[in-house]
Amino acid sequence: MSYLTVSNAMKRFGPEFMALNGVSVAVERGEFFTLLGPSGCGKTTLLRSIAGFNDLTSGDITLDGANLRIVPPHQRDIGMVFQDYAVFPHLSVFENVAFGLKPRKVPAAEIKTRVTQALDAVRLGAMADRLPAAMSGGQQQRIGLARAMVIKPRLLLMDEPLSNLDAKLRIELREEIRDIQKQVDIATIYVTHDQEEALAISDRICVMNAGRIEQVGTPPEIYGDPQTRFVAEFVGTLNTFAPGAALDAMLSQLGLSLPGATVWTARPERLGLAARGGDTGGAATLEGTIAKFTYLGREAHVQVETPAGLVVVQIANPGMTLTHQPGEQVSVLVPREALMAFGADNIRIGG
Amino acid sequence: MKIGGKPVDGWTSIALLLTGGYLFMVVWPLVTVLLASVTNGEGFSLDGFATFFSSRLYYGTLLNSLLVTICVTVLAFVIAFPLAYFMTLFRIPGTRTIQVLILASMMSPPFIGAYSWILMLGNNGLITRWFKDVGLEVPSIYGFTGIVLVLTLQLVPLIFTYLMGAWRTIDVSLLEAAESMGMTGWRRALKVIMPLLLPTILGGSLLVFVRAFADFGTPMLIGQGFRTIPVLIYSSFVGEVSVDRSFAAAVAVIVIAVTLGVFLVQKFIVDRRTFSMTAMRPIEPSPLAGWKGWGVYAYVYGFLVLALAPLVVVVVSSFRNTLYGQFVDGFSFRNYLTAQRDIIRYITNTFSIGLTALVLLVIVAVLVSYLTVRRKGALTGALDTMTMVPYVVPGLIIGIALITAFSQPPLVLTGTFAVMVLALAIRRLPYSVRSTTALMYQFSPSIEEAAVSLGASKFRTLVQVIVPALAPGIVSGAVLSWVTIITELSTTLFLYNTSTQTLSLGIYAQVIRGQLGTAAALSTILLILTMLSLFLLLRLSGGSREIRL
Repeated sequence: MSYLTVSNAMKRFGPEFMALNGVSVAVERGEFFTLLGPSGCGKTTLLRSIAGFNDLTSGDITLDGANLRIVPPHQRDIGMVFQDYAVFPHLSVFENVAFGLKPRKVPAAEIKTRVTQALDAVRLGAMADRLPAAMSGGQQQRIGLARAMVIKPRLLLMDEPLSNLDAKLRIELREEIRDIQKQVDIATIYVTHDQEEALAISDRICVMNAGRIEQVGTPPEIYGDPQTRFVAEFVGTLNTFAPGAALDAMLSQLGLSLPGATVWTARPERLGLAARGGDTGGAATLEGTIAKFTYLGREAHVQVETPAGLVVVQIANPGMTLTHQPGEQVSVLVPREALMAFGADNIRIGG
Repeated sequence: MKIGGKPVDGWTSIALLLTGGYLFMVVWPLVTVLLASVTNGEGFSLDGFATFFSSRLYYGTLLNSLLVTICVTVLAFVIAFPLAYFMTLFRIPGTRTIQVLILASMMSPPFIGAYSWILMLGNNGLITRWFKDVGLEVPSIYGFTGIVLVLTLQLVPLIFTYLMGAWRTIDVSLLEAAESMGMTGWRRALKVIMPLLLPTILGGSLLVFVRAFADFGTPMLIGQGFRTIPVLIYSSFVGEVSVDRSFAAAVAVIVIAVTLGVFLVQKFIVDRRTFSMTAMRPIEPSPLAGWKGWGVYAYVYGFLVLALAPLVVVVVSSFRNTLYGQFVDGFSFRNYLTAQRDIIRYITNTFSIGLTALVLLVIVAVLVSYLTVRRKGALTGALDTMTMVPYVVPGLIIGIALITAFSQPPLVLTGTFAVMVLALAIRRLPYSVRSTTALMYQFSPSIEEAAVSLGASKFRTLVQVIVPALAPGIVSGAVLSWVTIITELSTTLFLYNTSTQTLSLGIYAQVIRGQLGTAAALSTILLILTMLSLFLLLRLSGGSREIRL
């Protein structure tokens, strides 16, 4: 049996809305497990049910083999990091981190060492005596992290801990969270709506949508081998070819036919661009006209108007020369392995 | 969102307990008043109401009260608006001090104002006599003029404080936008600023209306023949005019109906225009020059002198010699020394009763606001509404309600320490609950959840996290409550006896008894207490925070 299991979790808010509609997950010891999905998908509800802040309507949660739902939240021994940091404004940094050790009857001397260690781990050692009010968001979240870790919880929960920080700090702090988590080796459940963050930080990702699980897998599985159309579209970007003669011609060029496949898609970075009549390297082609060229430094996005709809092609490392003008006639190269097909139920076909 | 899933837990029991206590201590007494108003000895009867509307002697007091209240509300606004406008837009020397002094004049007990104007302009007043010596007759301060003068001066600071708070939420870009479209000066004040301030103006005016309408001390001391409705309630209840309790109850019900009506109308108007603003760039005062500047200074300082004069007069008078209660020539500490045993008793009572009421008040306010913010539900909603009841019920009527309900078994509280504490706590509760609720709303629920996830029980979370984190706001609110508790007169007027007489009740008794010297000495002590509390408040709030009323 896994370390943490949630089976068939249902949560109803009001008479109609099902925030969780039959969710089952299993998290292993030491694992960094991410719940990823758009707002309202149920990821935070699931996290808060594990923390004990809202109970499930039905379903089971076990931690280390024992039923967790009957344990009151303050006795669950689960550390939590919050989106708005939730530092105690009236306590110093040290006292914030020491807060959870007191009800655990840890001796004063040990409190001192453990808090100091935790503060050093989040690089706040020098600020132990300050009040958090005047500190930056990044620093406050470090307090939150140290405070949740120092009690050596059985499980660490993080509810979008980085979403209130600016982009650069977000990347920096997520690396730190990842490193610290590996060091302390506490099973962690991390909630985010940021797919890049999820890919960067997780051992496994659980993609959720409308109260259900779409797919659970490692980051490469989620991005490279999405099992549903929702996952493919939510994680990364996706071109969906309009059905019609152009798409059929492309498929027959590649000798592809999948019974039941209704939607054909490809990621922009798997597509290529060539001059009309240029070398295709065995890929199918879609003739088109450039509608828009967006230069982004390390990459460029080219929107091409084709008979199969507007297709975005991503060019890596465009440099100074690989620029294109709107109106230019080009061929979009579609390699066979770039294509992903989905059935009418939006489930992946073939693969 | 509900924390924990069990249907009954500690908080639910607390909510039930508070609701029960409130039903028994506040709602039940008011219901007894309502019942008394529609019954006589035998059964259902509207005799009380019939009597009230049968004689001009009675219903005239309602007209008097409405006249006074409307005049005071309009005047207070008309005086306070330019005051707040000038103080916000223009750099006036001593701004900070002016604000503190205005606050001080607001905090001073209203009946001291009335008493002091009598000392100045009464039949034997300082100014009256001075004019008499040069052969001039000053208009009488007694009656309508006196009441309006005293209450207006008392209540201008109240609405002024509200307006200053509202001004701080107006972004200067709104004024610049108006100016860029060619609107400046008074046109801008009327077309742009007034509508933005309207919810505040109406809210503040309601408070002025309610206070003026319910004020008992001022018309009692200075009204003489001009009787307002609280005076009628008082005299009919103590049996000067008639001992008909159902009549007094009927008048009380009429008063509550009027206040409630005004409250609902105000709420109806404000609710439809509610918007929230926060100023990124608050208005910076600009310097003034020339005759305009002098005009503005004269207005501001002039008001200040008028508002503070009564306080100065009282303090000075307390050192004047007296003979049989009347002032005679010469200065000494005699007023303080001769009445020192009474003074000590009054002060002891003020502190013991006041502090007990304050502790009770703060605890109940914290619990109620926690419940209404964090545990939204039918029960807590009902509790929240109930705590607002005393907002529209004048203090005098709360006193009457308590005495009616608790002067017979099963619970006899009349004349006890407990009933004084209870009355004062009930009176202040709506204000205290409002300000604590506002604090609670600013407090992120995740801080509480963080404490719980770290292993703190709900009770420990409340005591070690929520209360300490909100402590600065709670303490400021408590100091403000303390000031209103020690200056409260009408609520406890029916409830005290000599062993529970407080400073404000002492002052009232001494004025009524004609012991003007002792009254002045007591007033001075009460003023000093008030000022010390105000000083404490300003220190606590760092002198910058908006003071909530």
